[in-house]
Amino acid sequence: MASNHVRNLNRIITIHRIFHNPLLNARSFFSDASLPQTHPSHPSSLKDNELAKFASIADTWWDSEGPFKPLHVMNPTRLTFIRSALCRHFKKDPYSAKPFEGLKIVDVGCGGGILSEPLARLGATVTGVDAVEKNIKIAQLHAGLDPATSTIEFCCTTAEKLVEEGRKFDAVMALEVIEHVADPAEFCKSLAALTDPDGATVISTINRSMRAYATAIVAAEYVLRWLPKGTHEWSSFLTPEELVLILQRAGINVEEMAGFVYNPVTGRWSLSDDISVNFIAFGTKSKNT
Amino acid sequence: MNRVVKKTLSNVFALKIPRKPFCTEAVKVAGSTSVEAFNELEKNQTFSKVSPQYDIAIVGGGMVGIALACFLASMPMTKLLRVAIIDSNPALGSSLHIKKEDPPDPRVSTVTPASISFLQDAGAWKYVEKNRHAYFSKMQVWDYTGLGYARYNARDVDKDFLGCVAENKVLHNALLSSIKDSDFKTTIYPSRLTAMSLNTSSKSMVENTTSEEPLSARGHSAELQLSDGSSIYAKLVVGADGGKSHVRDLAGIKTTGWNYSQNAIICTVEHTSENGCAWQRFLPTGPIALLPMGDKFSNIVWTMSPTESNNRKSLTEEEFLKGVNSALNYGHGPHPTSSLLGTRDMFSWFKLDETISTNEFFEIPPKVTRLASERMVFPLSLRHANSYASKRLVLIGDAAHTVHPLAGQGVNLGFGDAFSLSRIIAEGIALGSDIGEVNLLKKYEAERKSANIMMMAILDGFQKAYSIDFGPLNILRGAAFHGANYISPLKKSIISYASGEHKLPIFF
Ligand SMILES: Cc1cc2nc3c(=O)[nH]c(=O)nc-3n(C[C@H](O)[C@H](O)[C@H](O)COP(=O)(O)OP(=O)(O)OC[C@H]3O[C@@H](n4cnc5c(N)ncnc54)[C@H](O)[C@@H]3O)c2cc1C
Ligand SMILES: C[S@@+](CC[C@H](N)C(=O)[O-])C[C@H]1O[C@@H](n2cnc3c(N)ncnc32)[C@H](O)[C@@H]1O
Repeated sequence: MASNHVRNLNRIITIHRIFHNPLLNARSFFSDASLPQTHPSHPSSLKDNELAKFASIADTWWDSEGPFKPLHVMNPTRLTFIRSALCRHFKKDPYSAKPFEGLKIVDVGCGGGILSEPLARLGATVTGVDAVEKNIKIAQLHAGLDPATSTIEFCCTTAEKLVEEGRKFDAVMALEVIEHVADPAEFCKSLAALTDPDGATVISTINRSMRAYATAIVAAEYVLRWLPKGTHEWSSFLTPEELVLILQRAGINVEEMAGFVYNPVTGRWSLSDDISVNFIAFGTKSKNT
Repeated sequence: MNRVVKKTLSNVFALKIPRKPFCTEAVKVAGSTSVEAFNELEKNQTFSKVSPQYDIAIVGGGMVGIALACFLASMPMTKLLRVAIIDSNPALGSSLHIKKEDPPDPRVSTVTPASISFLQDAGAWKYVEKNRHAYFSKMQVWDYTGLGYARYNARDVDKDFLGCVAENKVLHNALLSSIKDSDFKTTIYPSRLTAMSLNTSSKSMVENTTSEEPLSARGHSAELQLSDGSSIYAKLVVGADGGKSHVRDLAGIKTTGWNYSQNAIICTVEHTSENGCAWQRFLPTGPIALLPMGDKFSNIVWTMSPTESNNRKSLTEEEFLKGVNSALNYGHGPHPTSSLLGTRDMFSWFKLDETISTNEFFEIPPKVTRLASERMVFPLSLRHANSYASKRLVLIGDAAHTVHPLAGQGVNLGFGDAFSLSRIIAEGIALGSDIGEVNLLKKYEAERKSANIMMMAILDGFQKAYSIDFGPLNILRGAAFHGANYISPLKKSIISYASGEHKLPIFF
């Protein structure tokens, strides 16, 4: 059934030219007129006048009540999962304030860095990559304001390019990205190739077969605010079974999976074994591939 | 079908933060070292132009602000935080020695069992026990009409005590001592906050770059200006600066509240022998409470009209004490002849309350023989901040809510705030959050606001229904059993009382 989703496209990146008010609509952050850009942009390459320009947009990514609110609200929940899964896998002290010290982690499709920053605060050496240059600049600017996160390396590139460069990481994260890529199976292969043989891969995405109540709340956020118009049909989302399958083909065994459930009353997400709305998977490299 | 690959989630994802018994060795004498721990880096920062950067700036080092620092020092997740405490109160800087023989202070707090366990876990309670304090296991409540009385005994609820009374300075010093025991990095600024800029947007951070400092040196930080001309940066500003909170005003947080046209006189008195019980009598003008303080001392909290309070304050010691003894004995009416429980039919709702000792006789409180402190007069008021948290800012203690001294609850609510905030900061650190993030801080608000409002509503209910004040004892009991699921029967009786179903002003 995963084959439905394997697209006959070479490029992983999807380019969308729909522009809306960049301050109001998250969609514009997933597209960039000048794509694909693969050169890494280092902090030093940011000019001062550009800083001010990107600073105001950065506030949109980082406004916890703004268009990326769902990511902000979900962040503690997914970090709870990542923290426990990685501490166990890498035998790290779960009571430490910086348990990820010594781990090299890549955040693929990092956007404004909402996940990259906490990973760095937990001690990891973080590389954040995103296909959209504007997002990378925003991420750099925001992370640069805090010494605890200013060491993150942000690059405007794709997972595929990183594979070509021969980069390897202890842990590879791709959260809420796979639904944006044209060819999820190819994308998973790249993620696998970036993962060290003893490493871990973590993927999260929305479940296609969502239940009705969640559809009303979650789908609205996803479809109306996040997804480039007209390019992603509902049917292109994966179900957990499909994700497990394509990861398996890419050489990754899913070992843990958890669901995020949304409580409309408190407006908070929590981890559960109900994977019917939004789910996160932790996998390791298959030993025999 | 969707549940194909889940595995033992429950134990994998439960993130537990252990509570380590704090500081088992090297118990220092209280106040023997200074908390001021300027390390080399901070010294350099202070003397060069670059303002020092902290994780947390606690504005106000009163009991609640210091309790927060103490709780943070005691948890593995938070003990590496760099914390600044801003307060010009000399009690913070110097090595304050409290001697057991020192004259008792009129400012005391009745500490509930819940607060005691917070302080125990943080390693501070042992220092309270080294100084003057009084656990009490008995209470007696009665009124001037002579209708009845109620006695409570900790035994009846399988507890050793109902609460503990300690002077505020003893509590404060105990908290400071336990911070000194730890290797927690606390810097005390003997100064006052004068201005604050929360720098909540990246834009303002970039545009306001005036200094030569790199952006990352300041971080996503609030900037605090102090009265000595210096300034510091912090990721999180905690307003623990009391009822007239400057932090709250600077942040533009409004309050709701009102004043009652009643005052309370507070003072310490002496008996000829030790008092072991908490007493409260309702008079037509308001309640009077006598709380044991240890040794032969007791604390008096006496509510009355502003005119009467001013008169009583200026009386001679002898006349004042005469008034006290009369208020606690035959003044305004006779002793009750029977226990309320003797009349079960009439007071059947009392059955809810199993803590009432059915077979104890009415007692007369010990006579007061000497005034052992000045008499302090305070107006009664209630004030509540409309919000406790915004980006980079939280309010705790009296800065968030002020109940009048009589309730004896001010500090217990504040300790609850500090405890809750410390746990939420630990949770944030465990998940790599920016500790000034509003989503994180709103969790603290959600946790505490309902608890505090409920308490305030109960207090206000009493006030409104009887236009006399509720006493510390009632409220104390409410708080004492709050955590132990005694709340539902208790709440029922409180509410039925406050809503006017039971008109007898002797209660519990
Ligand atoms: C006179 C009085 C008697 C009371 N009696 C009782 C009682 O018997 N039992 C009871 O439970 N409760 C009592 N209360 C209430 C109880 O004292 C308070 O609830 C408790 O002290 C609150 O602690 P806090 O740390 O929040 O505030 P506070 O104790 O008010 O401490 C605030 C601190 O902030 C500092 N500060 C203020 N402004 C600034 C600034 N701009 N910059 C830096 N620092 C600043 C002050 O120096 C002070 O140290 C009484 C209150 C008062 C006022
Ligand atoms: C919904 S956001 C998720 C951001 C971030 N991972 C998080 O969860 O906080 C999706 C991001 O993926 C990026 N993206 C989409 N396709 C990508 C690809 N093929 N390679 C790299 N980034 C991609 C988009 O630019 C966007 O920033």
